[in-house]
Amino acid sequence: MSGYLLNRVAQALFVLWAAFTISFVLLQAMPGDAILIKFQNPDLGLTAQQVAEIRASYAVDSSVLVQYARTIGKFVAGDFGYSVQAGVPVASLLAAHLPATLKLAALGFLLAAVLATAIAFLSSLAPFAWLRGALQSVPSLFISIPTFWLGIMLIQLFSFRLKLVPVINPGPWQELILPVATLAVPISAPLAQVLVRNIDEVLTRPFVAVARAKGATRLWVLWRHVAKNALLPTLTIAGVLFGELIAGAVVTETVFGLNGIGGLTERAVGSQDTAVLQAIVVLSALAFVIINLTVDLLYPVLDPRLRTKTGAVA
Amino acid sequence: MTVIPAPITPVLEVEDLSIAYRDGSGERRAVHDVSFRIDPGEVVALVGESGSGKTTTAQSLIGLLAQNGRVERGSIRLNGTDIARWTDRQLDTVRGARISLVPQDPGSSLNPVKTIGSQLGEIFRIHTKLRSDEIEARVLSLLARVGLSEPALRARQYPHELSGGMRQRVLIAIAIALKPQLIIADEPTSALDVTVQKRILDLIDELRAEYGTAVLLVTHDLGVAADRADRIVVLKDGRIQEQGATGAILAAPRSPYTKQLLSDAPSFSAPPRLAAVRPPVAHVPDDIVVVDGLAREFVREAGGPPLRAVDDLSFRVRRGTTHAIVGESGSGKTTTIRSIVGFDRPTAGRIEIDGTDVSRLTGEGLRQFRRKVQLVYQNPYGSLDPRQNVLQIVTEPLANFPGFSRSDREEKARAILARVGLPEEALGRRPHALSGGQRQRVAIARALVLDPQLVVLDEAVSALDVSVQARILDLLDELQSELGLTYLFVSHDLAVVRQISDTVSVLKDGRLVDGGTVSEVFENPRSDYTRELINAIPGRKRRAAA
Amino acid sequence: MTTFDTLHDDGVSQTTRKGEWRPGAASRLRRVPVGLGLAWLILGTVLLWAIAPSLFTAFNPLEGVGGEQLRRPSTEHLLGTDALGRDLYARIVHGAVHSLTGAFVAVGLGLVVGTALGVIAGSVRRRLDDAIMRVVDVLLSIPPLLLSLSIIILLGFGTVNAAIAVGVTSVAGFARLARAEVVRVRRSDYVEAAFGSGGTFASVLWRHILPNSLTSVVAFAALQFGSAVLQISTLGFLGYGAPPPTPEWGLLIAEGRNYISTAWWLTTAPGIVVVLVVLAANRVSQSFGRAAA
Repeated sequence: MSGYLLNRVAQALFVLWAAFTISFVLLQAMPGDAILIKFQNPDLGLTAQQVAEIRASYAVDSSVLVQYARTIGKFVAGDFGYSVQAGVPVASLLAAHLPATLKLAALGFLLAAVLATAIAFLSSLAPFAWLRGALQSVPSLFISIPTFWLGIMLIQLFSFRLKLVPVINPGPWQELILPVATLAVPISAPLAQVLVRNIDEVLTRPFVAVARAKGATRLWVLWRHVAKNALLPTLTIAGVLFGELIAGAVVTETVFGLNGIGGLTERAVGSQDTAVLQAIVVLSALAFVIINLTVDLLYPVLDPRLRTKTGAVA
Repeated sequence: MTVIPAPITPVLEVEDLSIAYRDGSGERRAVHDVSFRIDPGEVVALVGESGSGKTTTAQSLIGLLAQNGRVERGSIRLNGTDIARWTDRQLDTVRGARISLVPQDPGSSLNPVKTIGSQLGEIFRIHTKLRSDEIEARVLSLLARVGLSEPALRARQYPHELSGGMRQRVLIAIAIALKPQLIIADEPTSALDVTVQKRILDLIDELRAEYGTAVLLVTHDLGVAADRADRIVVLKDGRIQEQGATGAILAAPRSPYTKQLLSDAPSFSAPPRLAAVRPPVAHVPDDIVVVDGLAREFVREAGGPPLRAVDDLSFRVRRGTTHAIVGESGSGKTTTIRSIVGFDRPTAGRIEIDGTDVSRLTGEGLRQFRRKVQLVYQNPYGSLDPRQNVLQIVTEPLANFPGFSRSDREEKARAILARVGLPEEALGRRPHALSGGQRQRVAIARALVLDPQLVVLDEAVSALDVSVQARILDLLDELQSELGLTYLFVSHDLAVVRQISDTVSVLKDGRLVDGGTVSEVFENPRSDYTRELINAIPGRKRRAAA
Repeated sequence: MTTFDTLHDDGVSQTTRKGEWRPGAASRLRRVPVGLGLAWLILGTVLLWAIAPSLFTAFNPLEGVGGEQLRRPSTEHLLGTDALGRDLYARIVHGAVHSLTGAFVAVGLGLVVGTALGVIAGSVRRRLDDAIMRVVDVLLSIPPLLLSLSIIILLGFGTVNAAIAVGVTSVAGFARLARAEVVRVRRSDYVEAAFGSGGTFASVLWRHILPNSLTSVVAFAALQFGSAVLQISTLGFLGYGAPPPTPEWGLLIAEGRNYISTAWWLTTAPGIVVVLVVLAANRVSQSFGRAAA
């Protein structure tokens, strides 16, 4: 077991290192140059020599390998470099923007989970075929809606037409209602699809017929036999959902003008602020790796089949 | 029958039952006007091949038809009350308490993420108001009653920690927990090894006698029905062919279908090869297969000593004869034949096929060797490429070797397909459009098209219905005498083995426990294990009577 | 019959039964589900928009008509006009080519590179397989949008670059699926039987492994097509795709945002078109998947 754990951690570290390297190659080897963009602006009135000095101070002229080694050392120490655009350390920039995104993502994910579970379980209990069909087609509709458009539509409908949610000076929770709803839709869709498929699959297994033959009601079987068996495999898409969550956050924050990591990402791309973008990429990979590691370690706890066997296997 | 006794109320009385399934184009009837009754304490066997409607009938009795199934008409009277049109809510009070179910496949019939104890205790929680400590006591005594050692440990274990036989005992414990009046046993042993099969059926018999419960035994195996049932109902294509007391049906079947079934069932037929035409000429050096000291070890993932799947196995097969390798799951029979056909490399020992040492072959040598030895798989569904048609499947082996033009290949394939009895119009079809028997004929044709000398048949008829099985066995027999083939016939079914083999090796836990000619092994088994296997062959009653 | 009887299937009765149970190919064609027919209709229309936009609209998508600004949908301007007096319907029709080529490039890239990697990983020995799958793991560890943003920074903004960025994110998915399928098919009895009848590695790969594993890859490609349309419109919306005044769908929605309180049609109409195209692609993918099963 400890050997397995070590192996998994080593694998996770490798993925993390490789993600860093890929992002470094993509972002540091790029032709565009944030420093030039910012300081060559004629309004600043800097001479070519002054620009060169600034460039030297950012060490952009040393060889790529030296930069790579230096950057990786700094990342390990928690120093993500300087944002050229904002003129502050990336770490403090992230720290300032993270809470807003965490709040949005947590609420969005929660709503998505509730939505997906409700769709999946209600559709398997639905007494009529048409209702079942309608509920089951909700996820495929959700998955086809562009998130940014959904946000705009919600603003249009609820803020401008129905005037239910104010656009100007909303309260701290009011301003989250529409973004959370927007974010929940693309997250709930894959979750609901996997759940519906799992429930359908588990319902065909012989042990469900045996439970029914014991005299258990449909609801009893769904709750005590199907639920756990259907929910377990959804853990495996946790990583995918995290990716959706990041993409959703970028778009949602842009549409609603929220000041989180997503908005920061959008501005960093616009101004080619590579240090910021690289830090975000590496941190997301870290989060992804931690999520998957947790799932891998949690799975045997939840699924008895993956525990080490005890007793007679005669 | 002149004195009519006071009529006993039957536990179950089915009258004119018709069941239909809805599908895309409308309704299709699967069960037609079926009527039968089960008296208290009686065992009634519902016998039929696949598609006979026996499982559909059984499911309808307990209200568990598939979603698209519907009872069209007829009645199902439980103690005189018609339950055929009851709602789920009404049926919930009956299921488990008055009618219970022993399912077919113990492997998947228990919830993998719940303990044995909680799944057995569940039936008390559904139907009774017992306290949890009372439930636990009942669970432990039931587990002990169905013959599980250490009930307290078993109750805490999960299904995957138990063997198939143990799981089926747990399912039986669930079925008898509330002492129902009727147990529906749907092919309760077809997924189990033969020796386990007998023990499970013995257990059901014993409990039935003890509790006075009636049993509806759904089975494809007439031998099992003959041994266990008081009365037999024979179904075909959703219609009853014949029903009556077991002895009467076996002694004098009236319907042609029952007669056919009786003559096809290998457990009933007299062993034909005991008077083998081929005299066992000793020491003629024409052994096509020589296996000497074969061993195969697998490294365990969990560590520890390697697993010995095959241990010091030796046998010989004379050219033109059939040698059977018999064993239950885990006996090493599959590993052995995989080594023989060159898909697996033994850890030690020598395998010589027609003078070639197989274990030394690699690359091109191995490829050329394949012309001599062909394997026919158990599952004809999985061994045929779903995207090829029959003709493509059979011509493909020829395309792997030089010397055949396209027209040669096609001509040869057509000839062999005609020989195995496949109709001309089937040549353009894909496997899914063929029946199970036809698929296995295609697989045999593919094996024979390269003119091999040795054909290894890996449970090649086990997945087929008896009547289909009988035809395929006849075909194999004809082909052998025509083409001078040697068969290595791997099976768990001793009745079939006795019918078609000349010599036998009996394997247990990777070791040879018995071997010799069929008559030697069947009449004078040297090991207790072989004796147990022979005793486990169903249909003994009938054979004894004959 | 249900699962109980699947192992023992009978010769004669099965064939006759099949005749009754299963509709033949011809009758199946006659009964193409309405939804699927509609999906193909949508995709076909959009494809025609991309090939010959002038057949569908006479308006110029790039130049507005003076005095016709921000008109509501009417018989003249089916979907209204924008702030520069350009016909929105014309802009959507002319925008199809950008979204479709983008999606085709993206899916093509993922399909070719990803499937090649997956097939190689699935058919070769352990070392190379492990190496390829580690790379795939790494690609999967970076959230797709961030990966495509990084690539866009490297390549610069534009329709094709956005398409490449989206394509790269789907490589890992294709590779994983293709490998899993190849491994599944390799384990099947019919592949072993093909080796057993003297097949060489190359012939078995070509005759059995590829045809049987690529069906689900094709279904996945159709699914990815919808997702690529979605992702490209997202990049367009964020301003990293085609530059204005290109009528790319995501960009149309972004531009319409400024008039959200006055001209609802500017955001609503292009969004509905995107949703319909994605839904249609997913429906078609589903039908491929079913045919493969």
